[in-house]
Amino acid sequence: MDDYGTESDSDYTSYWRDWFISSRGNEYFCEIDEEYLTDRFNLTGLNTEVQYYQYALDLVTDVFDLDCDDEMRETIEKSARHLYGLVHARYIVTTRGLAKMLEKYKKADFGKCPRVMCNSHPLLPMGLSDIPNLKPVKLYCARCEDIYNPKSSRHASIDGAYFGTSFHNILFQVYPALIPAKSAERYVPRVYGFKVHAAAALVRWQNGVRDDMRRRLRKMEVESGFKDGEDDLDDDEEEDDPEEDEEQLALVRRDPALGAGPSGAYGGDAQMGSVA
Amino acid sequence: MSTSSGTPESWISSFCSLLGHEYFAEVSEEFIEDDFNLTGLQNQVAMYKEALEMILDVEPEEDDDDDEEEEEDEEDISGDVRDGPGGRERRHHSRVASDLSVIESSAEMLYGLIHQRFICSRAGIQQMSEKYDLGHFGVCPRTNCNQTRTLPVGLSDIPGEDTVKLFCPSCLDVYVPPNSRFQTVDGAFFGRTFGALFLLTFPEYDLSRSGAETASTLGRSADELTMVNGMYARNIAPGLGRGKIYEPKIYGFRVSELARSGPRMRWLRDKPDDVTVLDEARRFAEEHGAESDDDDESMVNNNNRPVASARRRRPAGNPTLRQRQGLNGSPMNVDANGAESEL
Ligand SMILES: [Zn+2]
Ligand SMILES: [Zn+2]
Repeated sequence: MDDYGTESDSDYTSYWRDWFISSRGNEYFCEIDEEYLTDRFNLTGLNTEVQYYQYALDLVTDVFDLDCDDEMRETIEKSARHLYGLVHARYIVTTRGLAKMLEKYKKADFGKCPRVMCNSHPLLPMGLSDIPNLKPVKLYCARCEDIYNPKSSRHASIDGAYFGTSFHNILFQVYPALIPAKSAERYVPRVYGFKVHAAAALVRWQNGVRDDMRRRLRKMEVESGFKDGEDDLDDDEEEDDPEEDEEQLALVRRDPALGAGPSGAYGGDAQMGSVA
Repeated sequence: MSTSSGTPESWISSFCSLLGHEYFAEVSEEFIEDDFNLTGLQNQVAMYKEALEMILDVEPEEDDDDDEEEEEDEEDISGDVRDGPGGRERRHHSRVASDLSVIESSAEMLYGLIHQRFICSRAGIQQMSEKYDLGHFGVCPRTNCNQTRTLPVGLSDIPGEDTVKLFCPSCLDVYVPPNSRFQTVDGAFFGRTFGALFLLTFPEYDLSRSGAETASTLGRSADELTMVNGMYARNIAPGLGRGKIYEPKIYGFRVSELARSGPRMRWLRDKPDDVTVLDEARRFAEEHGAESDDDDESMVNNNNRPVASARRRRPAGNPTLRQRQGLNGSPMNVDANGAESEL
């Protein structure tokens, strides 16, 4: 991050943004258009957020020409990075910004979901707050709809406000075709082939919550987006005990994916293994 | 590790110190030397006898130049150890190099399969708990799990099917290890049982603590010691439930469930506010299971059935006692076969 200030001392005519987005650790950022940056309207309110705002903006837009000492230059450099991040949060929810981030998403530039059942689904950067200096960036998986910590500490220290709380959700509103199919596939802890009782009880309860949701959505004629077992809830004649049937189907489907051995076919809940 | 009686350059130590082998425990020689623990493994690896000798650092009987071998051992500490555990033999027996490479890979396979069993034994799981305390297995990548320590597991007990994964006791889910060096480690060497067995063996671990904090046990307050389904209530998926589910928002407004892009996966990270209802849900399910005509033998999945039928065999009445067993039962229960034993 400090390379710019030290290595290319007098060379402030090089493209600052090019340097910024290609710096190690800045892989999550896309390049903000010159056009967007030079339209003052887009920067409304940022002058009070950023120290030496005008110098920082000059630096970002490659028109910086102040003769100053290294300490001052470093301060302005820091401000420029902060300003870029704050503008970035606004830019990536514009049509052009969304498209740029989408390209990066397709290349999995933001990493892949660590959850085994998500099959390396690409992630999106997001913030837990829109206010700077509060929460570091997190990564959102659209498949499991959960958030994860970046693997590298370089990324883990980026301010989440540079991506904001809305961007990743807006992306899927604007591009609904990109919403990944949802899956009920999940991990079930076992001991010698037997499901662990406490975990199995929770799984049953969660399956009930999921079924309730799918019934609600069906009533409202909203697509639930589940690729597996889309028909499971359609059998109205089995209304007397649909929950159990659903669970059976879901479990049968789940098992092969988990590499269930012969012992996996048993259905007992183990509270304690007989060994140990 | 401390339980190993071998010198630092033993085959087992050098195997466990290889890059990517950080999750492995050092199987004790006593465990390997007990034939009972190796039952059935003879047919699973090629050149079983030679592989076993290699693991135990037993000199092959047909060895011709013992003296030179001794000298080489000293140098190996610095040099060949990183190449692979069998490095030292390679130079001396070049004419049987192909055999040796087979024995080497057989030894690794055999060690892995023994390891799968060892870490489920009393000594093995104890050693793994020490590694767990030291944070050797990393932490859960899920933000709401707040750096809970994870456990290495396999999704299959059969080698060659999948690589090692990390099981998080806080969200009860499995994750790909963050470093690619673990993506060549066979998951079967840890197996499907270890992760869950660990939780049941050490129910007192305070799982809501993050990896950054020191490992500790639960407090003694009555609230913390409430049991549900054989586990301390506080330890049932502490990373799930209200406040631990990601809430998608756009400009501060929650995205509606009715939107095409609305939330669909909350259930995966949900948990009842009061986990004791899980016990009641189970009883409810059991009663419904009992009324069903379905055959108990099918047992494909409905894990209520065997329990339900076993319960019907018990003398009727005394529901209070039954309830108390359900809520405060010992974690040492095995109710899969309908039998309860206080061990
Ligand atoms: Zn995911
Ligand atoms: Zn977790």
